[in-house]
Parts: sequence; C-alpha cells; structure tokens
Amino acid sequence: MTERLRVQDLSVHFRSERREVQVVHDLSFTLEAGRTLALVGESGSGKSVTSLALMGLLPPPPQSRTTGSALLEGRDGADLLGIPESRRRRLRGDRIAMIFQEPLTSLNPVHSVGAQLVEAIRSHRSVSRRAAWDRAEELLDEVGIPEPAARLASFPHELSGGMRQRVMIAIALALEPDVLIADEPTTALDVTVQAQILDLLRRVQERTGMAMLFITHDFGVVADIAHRTVVMYAGRMVEAGPTEDILRRPLMPYTSGLMASVPLLETAGTGRSELATIDGFVPDPAAPPAGCAFHPRCAHNRPGRCDVPPIAVEAPAPDRSIRCARWRELAEEVR
Amino acid sequence: MSETPMIRTVDLAQHFPIRKGLPGRPGAVVRAIDGVSIDIPRRQVVGLVGESGSGKSTFGRAVMALDPPTSGRVEFDGTDLSQLSRAALAPYRRRMQMVFQDPFSSLNPRMSVAETLGMPLRFREGGAGRSERRDRAAEMLEMVGLPRSYLDRFPHEFSGGQRQRIGIARALMTSPDFLMADEVVSALDVSVQAQVLNLFARLQREMELTMLFITHDLAVVGHVSDIVAVMYLGRIVEIAPTRALFSGPRHPYTEALLSAAPSPVPGGARKRIILEGDVPSPVNPPSGCPFRTRCPYAIAACAEDRPALAAVGPDHRSACIRTDLDLMPATGRRTEAALEGSPG
Amino acid sequence: MTAIPDTRPKMRGARFLQSRGMRRFFRHKLAVLGLAMITLIAVACIVGPWLLPHDMLDIDIRGRFSPPLTDTYLFGTDEMGRDLAARLFMAGRVSLMVGVAAMVLSTVVGTVIGLLAGHFGGALSTALMRFTDAFLCFPQIFLLLALAAFLEPDAMMITIIIALTSWMEIARIVAAEIRSLRERDFVTAARVSGASHAWIMFRELLPNAAGPIIVAATLTVARAILIEAYVSFLGYGIQPPLPSWGNMLNNAQQYLDSAPWLAIVPGVAITLAVTSFNFIGDGLRDALDARSDMP
Repeated sequence: MTERLRVQDLSVHFRSERREVQVVHDLSFTLEAGRTLALVGESGSGKSVTSLALMGLLPPPPQSRTTGSALLEGRDGADLLGIPESRRRRLRGDRIAMIFQEPLTSLNPVHSVGAQLVEAIRSHRSVSRRAAWDRAEELLDEVGIPEPAARLASFPHELSGGMRQRVMIAIALALEPDVLIADEPTTALDVTVQAQILDLLRRVQERTGMAMLFITHDFGVVADIAHRTVVMYAGRMVEAGPTEDILRRPLMPYTSGLMASVPLLETAGTGRSELATIDGFVPDPAAPPAGCAFHPRCAHNRPGRCDVPPIAVEAPAPDRSIRCARWRELAEEVR
Repeated sequence: MSETPMIRTVDLAQHFPIRKGLPGRPGAVVRAIDGVSIDIPRRQVVGLVGESGSGKSTFGRAVMALDPPTSGRVEFDGTDLSQLSRAALAPYRRRMQMVFQDPFSSLNPRMSVAETLGMPLRFREGGAGRSERRDRAAEMLEMVGLPRSYLDRFPHEFSGGQRQRIGIARALMTSPDFLMADEVVSALDVSVQAQVLNLFARLQREMELTMLFITHDLAVVGHVSDIVAVMYLGRIVEIAPTRALFSGPRHPYTEALLSAAPSPVPGGARKRIILEGDVPSPVNPPSGCPFRTRCPYAIAACAEDRPALAAVGPDHRSACIRTDLDLMPATGRRTEAALEGSPG
Repeated sequence: MTAIPDTRPKMRGARFLQSRGMRRFFRHKLAVLGLAMITLIAVACIVGPWLLPHDMLDIDIRGRFSPPLTDTYLFGTDEMGRDLAARLFMAGRVSLMVGVAAMVLSTVVGTVIGLLAGHFGGALSTALMRFTDAFLCFPQIFLLLALAAFLEPDAMMITIIIALTSWMEIARIVAAEIRSLRERDFVTAARVSGASHAWIMFRELLPNAAGPIIVAATLTVARAILIEAYVSFLGYGIQPPLPSWGNMLNNAQQYLDSAPWLAIVPGVAITLAVTSFNFIGDGLRDALDARSDMP
C-alpha cells in the first residue's frame, strides 16, 4: 500500500489563562491510499483537535502549540506541521481536504453553490471560469445531486442537510485530494441519509484512491467504513488495529466497555437487559490521572500497575497496538 | 386488554401555518402530524422512531397538551385533554411529565437544583412547603443516582449526563403515571447514554411508569421499548411489539431504516437498502402513500389513496398496500457473534 | 473552527462564574477607566459642595469672570461671580440624578412591555410592539421640546419626559431576548409543572435576560444625561437658579469669547460622564454576554 500521510508523535497543547494543557499526546498513525482510518473516541478524546491540527486550523501560537510531524507523501511532499502557513494554504484543499459535521456553517450562506465550487477550483488551478463551472457541474453529478446544472445556482439554505453535505464533499473532492479528513460528517444526518453519504464516500474512494481519516464516536459507522481504527481516550491512542479485529477482539477495557454500552439492533426486543456502562467521567485534561488515563474508570484497575507512569504501547499482533498495562492478563482471562 | 390505555390519541393532527394567506385564500401549512391514532397501554414503553421532520417531537408536545391540536384529540386515562382549560389541566399535569433532549437548555441556569426540582410540587393544590420539597428533591436525586449534596448547586457545575439525571429527577417529583422522553440520550456520549438508558429502564420498572420514548436511534428504541411506532412525514406507518417489528417489518420504510442503521457487529453479509433522495416537504406531501417517492417497491396504485394502518399480525399494524412483500428484518443480518449473546 | 473543546477547568460554584464575568469586565481597560471616572464624578458631586469654601449661590461682584484657579475658585467664577466649581458639582447632582432616575423608569417600563410582548406573543405582542414602534418613529427631541413647553419643566417632570421617550429600545431588546428564551426547554418544563404566567415571566425568563437589560440600562443613563443637557441647553429643561450641566452651557454661550471656561467646564463634565457610562456599558456587554462563555 502507498502511504499518503504519516503522522508521527503529534502533540497539541492549548493555553488558557496562563496555563498550558496538553490535549493530544504523541499520536502516530499512517494513512494509506484507498484506505480509511477511523479515529474513534468520546467528547474530549482529542479526535477533532487532531484533525484541525493536521489542517493547520487551530488558533495560532501562543493559544495552541502543535509538535510532531505529518509527512504528506508524493508530489511536492512536505511536513504539514513544519511548513509555513502560506505553503500549507496551497496544499489545503488541493492535496488534503476536509469535511465537517455541520455543513451549513462551513458553507458561505451568501454565495451560490456553484460560485463556491468554482472558487475552490480556481484558487488552486489556473483554469478558465467556464472550465471550472463545467467541472463544478460534473462534481455535483458525481456526488449524486440530481439536476446538477440547476443546483449550481442554489444557495446553501435552499438545500437539505444531506444535500449540503454532498456539496461539501464535492468541494472537498474538487481537486482530487490525496487525503480527505472527515470530522463526524454524518453525525448531524438522519440514518437513511447517513447511509447515502457513507456509500458515496466509499465509492469516491474506490474511484480516486484517496486516503481517508474518518473521525467519529459511532462504532457502527466505524464498522461500516473504516479499514483500520485508532481508539482515542483523553488525547492518547489506547488501541489501534484493523477494524474487524478490534470489533471482534477488543483488548483495551475502554474499547470493549464502549462497545458493550451501545444497544444493538440485532438484540432489539429480546428483553431489557442492562447495558454495560463505564462509570465516572472523561478526565479533565488539565489534571490527567497518573499512569493510564482510563484507570479511575476501569473495572480491571490494579493499584500499583495501572496508576504508575508510563504505560508503554505494546504490539499484541504485528499490526495492532495497545496502551494497557494489563492487556496480556485480561486476554488470558477471556480465554 | 380491556383496560383503558394511559394515553390514546384519536386522529391527532397539528398543522402550522407558515405563510399568512391572503383574505379568501388559504396560506401554506406544514402538516407536522397528520391523523395519528395510537394507544399507549399502561406500564408499557412505546418507542416512537422517525427521522428529522417526521413530526415525532410535535406529536410528543401534543400528547403533553403543550400545544392545542389542530384537530383530533388526546385522551389521558380516558379524559380528553384538549377540552380542558389551563386550570382544569393542572391536576393532569402532575400525572404526566417530560424529560428533554438538550441537557443544557432544560435546566434554568439561574436556579439551584433544589429550586428546579421543587417546582413541580410548588404548583400543585395547596403547594408543598419548602422543607417537604427539599426532602422529596433529595429523595429523587438519590433515586437517579446523584448525592443529595447537589441540592444547592447550579446547572453549570454539572456534566451533560448529570444534568440529564437532574431533568429525570424533576420529572419524577410528582410521582407521575406517564413520562414522555424526547431524544433524551442523543446529546450524550455513548458511555453516558448507557447509564441513562439503564436508569430509565430501572425507574420504569420500579415506578410502573407508562412511557412515550421518542428517538431517531433504532438501536436505542429497540432496547427500551415494548412497542415501537415508526413515523414518516407526520403519520404512523407501522406499529408493532418491538420484537415483531425488528424481526418482521411490514412497511418498506421500516425495512429501510433498519438496514440503514449502522451496526458494530462485525462481519455478516449485509444487504443495504439505500433510499434515494430526501424526506419530502411536509408543506405539500406526496399524494397517496407519503413514502412512495422514495420507496423501492412503489407501484402506480401507491399514489392513489393514503393507505390506512391495517392489521398485519397480532398487535401489528402497517400502512402499506404492498402486503405481498417479504421484507428484510434487522435480525436477518445477525451474525453468530450476536446470536451467541441473545436468546431466541 | 467549531470543534475545539473547552479545555478550561470546570467551574466551581456560582460565585466563580460571577467572578469570571467580573474578571472579564476588569480586563476591559476602558470600562475600568469609565467606572473610576464615574465614581470620581459622583463622589465629587456628593461631597464636593461641602468641601469647597463657596456656596453655589454666593455672589462675589468683584470676582466676576475669574478664570480657573484664581484664588480659591477652582474652576473660576461666572458672570455674577458665583463659584463655578460649586455650581458644577451641584449641577452634577441634578444631571446624574435625572440620568439615573430616567434610566430606572425607562428600564422598568421597557422591561415590563418587552416581557409581556415576548412572553405572550400573538396579538398582545403585535399591539405592544407596534405601540413601541410608533414611539420610536417620533423624533425624540421634538417630542421632548413639545412636552417640555407644554408642561411645567422641573427636575421630576424632565425625568419623566426623558424616561417616556427612551424606554423603547429596552422594550425591543427584552422582547427579543424573552422570545428566544421562551423556546428553551426549561421554560417548557415549568409549563409542564403547571407554573403560572407570573412565575414563568419573573422567575424563569427575566433573570436570564438580566445581562442585556443591565447593558442597555447603563447606556440609557448616558443618553439620558445627554438629553437632559440638550433640553436644558435649549432652555426647556431644568430652570435656573437650579443648575444643571445643560443650563450651565446655555448660560455660558453668551460669554464664549470672554469667558470660555464657563462652557468648557460643564462641557467636559458632560463628555466625561457620558463616555464613562458608554465605556461601562461596553465592558458589561463583554462581561455579561453569554456567547463569550463559549470556548
């Protein structure tokens, strides 16, 4: 597989009221051509901050500080975190694009859909307005918008949520980026529309071979779209591996706890069993617990083991990694 | 089953004018709900599932007698609420309570927990004294799993899950018979969502509550409900006991919803029905069956008459003329992994 | 740029929230300057007349038109040799009092009308808001002058007249705020509990609209002081011998060439008081605006 983006030791600090708080800790992952990597976590896990950091959309220093590297491979490859903003702006939209949860706020309400698409194309390619307009129509058709020529003249508020997300995807795809970052793109949509959008993203990926970073809190969506999964908790990777492996055999208690707490369609109406729950709350990033960040909420917590830093990342299988002091014993227990 | 249902709606409709009509010409109207007749039996949980714009929240508000219906009626324990004045409604208010979606807007930021919880008791006849209200509030806080020391705190000190518990405690203050819960877990993280769902299940059992549970999440509705009603464009298209609905849907929309819901159960060949297009505007819904414009099984006859809810099995009703269809159940794609953990 | 989580430590206690608002206020340098200035002016007006060696009515014929800092005359004297400082501070009492009283009155009227219109909606709201619009359409200064010419203009009457012509903005702000608050779930929760209209308006809605009302009220003081100055300058306001900053200016205009300080001193007082109140209003807006609570 061709690597498209290699993220190494990404850390993000926010500064508020003279204190610096680390919200992402040494995160590393690789995006490959034609493959989707899911970043899964609850609110406060640092998954959205990661995507914004890669796009260079965090507030400038000193309000936030990003370290580590994110190497974009291929033609004029560069370290996204190490290049000046002017160069990053050229790459953004062209080589790396992003779609957001709420398309209404990411589209400009006073410009037509067509104008925004043309703008996206012409800001990176020197093509005529005419050619850009034709390309825009083609793109709308590609993302499954009926009557694309007529829709180009529409304004964002005239479209439904699903249509707006399609327009956002069309804009993101305008320049055939190598990497697409999708930050909860279906969370605000209805299930039937979510199914349409996931299907669309999958088809586009098959055709263009783009690499996708998909950020979500929903394991159902992960199962649907991601080849590999990184589970995040309190700014750290706690478990990573092939999606199917993780869903079948989660090793980190947080992952299995999270999965067990979701009611399943498959067991609907079979008597109201208790859902498994995870007690307590996500820790305050300003005062993280020592050792494993999850240990205060973990049913398998052993004092002296789990609350002692550092918890090393281990590899239970060649393509899996886990950050848990007791994963080996817990895996034994299950067996 | 001759017992009076706790809630019965009869041909309930709620239309909102969106443009003023010129004199002599009627303006445009949103048919948010359009002729809904369902029963909510005592001590049962009815789950109402639908997508945005289906009218499910409007239905909830109408059941709570918050907005007077355009036509039809809501009966609570046999009494038609729409005929009652504000004053005459008060004794019924105590017996029906609601829990809200947004844990951040459902609590008054300027009121302490004790004040918020005490409110439902303050307005009943005679009114409860301050100490009585506090005692009851403390009791209800413990009931929902929060310490009584929270009584004098303010909403901003709590997380979303804790606020939602406070909202539930408030609804239970008057020991209601009926509880309406509108998207109560959709704003919560999954681990917190599980805690709140378990809490609802326990309270329902212990307090013998009748509930209307409104949500867009099929898995959640399948978990909490005894009966599930599916709503589309202001109408109930299918209603059945949960197991029957999930294992043998009879309306194509139910099938599409079930197949579209993502499931984390790995593997298993799954057939996806991907609906075309969006939900039509409730301002001018399609003729005949409201779902026919997106339905993969639509035939010409679907455009003619609006199909009525008709019995298709025991307690199972569906509004579809294509009774010949063999639709795919949610459990049809069940894998061995899921089978192991579930009976039947 | 929507997804940056709030990484600030969780707030503990209502007092902390309030102190956070206060911190935001005190970070607003101009607002702090305004507050200091208003305090200074108010203290000077209250205790100043007792500390000065001259009464504002003492006439010193030989010391007419003394420029500022002559002998014991801090700001000089006027055409009758009266101490300008004493007059300025006494006038300040009147002007500030009129400003604050007009604010209180117009805030009460505006809040009640806005609250009723916002809470009840429907025909009542339409009627009240059209009534408000009608008042807004009227040029305020002409209305004031007409009323002042018609009625006997003493301090009380001027206050009432100013209040009657400046409640509309507050009414509109309150109505808009209440309309959006009314849709919040906690208000529905109160309705479900069987709360009365009065409870919903005064316990649920009004406390949550306090921020914008306080800001508007502060800005209204500034405007009321200015309006009082206009009207008195034109001779229809506070009547001599009771001094106000406005009628001091009126008096000064004939001596603009020979004794400019007669105009400059009250002019500066008006400017300082009005800008200070405006700065405080801006600071309060930043401090109380709920939106700035978001990350």
